[in-house]
Amino acid sequence: MSDPLPPFDPQQAASFFFSHGHSGWLGLRYSSHGANWVELELPWREDLLGEEDRHVLASGPIISLLDMASGMSIWTARKVFTPIATLDLRVDYQRPARERGAVLGRVECYRFTRSAAFVRGIAHDGDAADPVATMAGVFMTITKDPRLAGQ
Amino acid sequence: MPASDATDGYLTAYARALGIGVHAVEDGTPVMTVGFSTVVEGRPGAFHGGATSGLLETAGYAALRARLEREGRWPQFKPINITVQFLSAGKNKPTFASARITRLGRRIANVSVEAWQDDRSRPIATAVMNILMAEKRG
Repeated sequence: MSDPLPPFDPQQAASFFFSHGHSGWLGLRYSSHGANWVELELPWREDLLGEEDRHVLASGPIISLLDMASGMSIWTARKVFTPIATLDLRVDYQRPARERGAVLGRVECYRFTRSAAFVRGIAHDGDAADPVATMAGVFMTITKDPRLAGQ
Repeated sequence: MPASDATDGYLTAYARALGIGVHAVEDGTPVMTVGFSTVVEGRPGAFHGGATSGLLETAGYAALRARLEREGRWPQFKPINITVQFLSAGKNKPTFASARITRLGRRIANVSVEAWQDDRSRPIATAVMNILMAEKRG
């Protein structure tokens, strides 16, 4: 089956995805990507604090960052944008993010089947060897169009 | 329903920015709510999974805070982990969430949370959270 569309480009897609909605509100930015992974940046924002007395990012935006990087890693690995839904997402928090610092979310899609995609990743604040959080997730493909079912 | 001064303390800056409020307090457990807006939108007309997770997490912390206050404890919370199950799409309508403290220990609390829209018996997402409680003083 021929596919006339160019392969999914996360850098290009970011300008659309992050121009509106929840991702736009968070101010997510494209950082980098490889064949099956995407890294996004969540810039520091004063109003996303999780605690009254410390300048530490809440954990909620980190889930959003990793959820978004997960989806984009799946489309990058599949080379095509297909509607997907998060089935299960687990985040383990190793330590608080650096005060007043941006957080990066790097997620790889290490395996996908016709109906499911498996992702794992980290959130870090500059040093990927010293993560803020580790995540794992499973996403389901929504194949309304039967022509897409074979991919 | 606007949050009273007493219940506003359940909300972090992040939760307030997302538009989360206290809908009601049931047997001492706060029920949190967030309306649909562009701030929580993922796919057009549907909640972003991250926003739903933020509501679940906020409801989990709020329920734990309320329970600890009744016991005269005021620890700082440190998240250990959260596992979220997405059961169906969050549509463009208000979403609610409420938590149950499954186990409350001295250092660790295990909390389960449910989020729903029209029908409370059909949750759109659930979460399990482990929260570390660090005593601020002493």
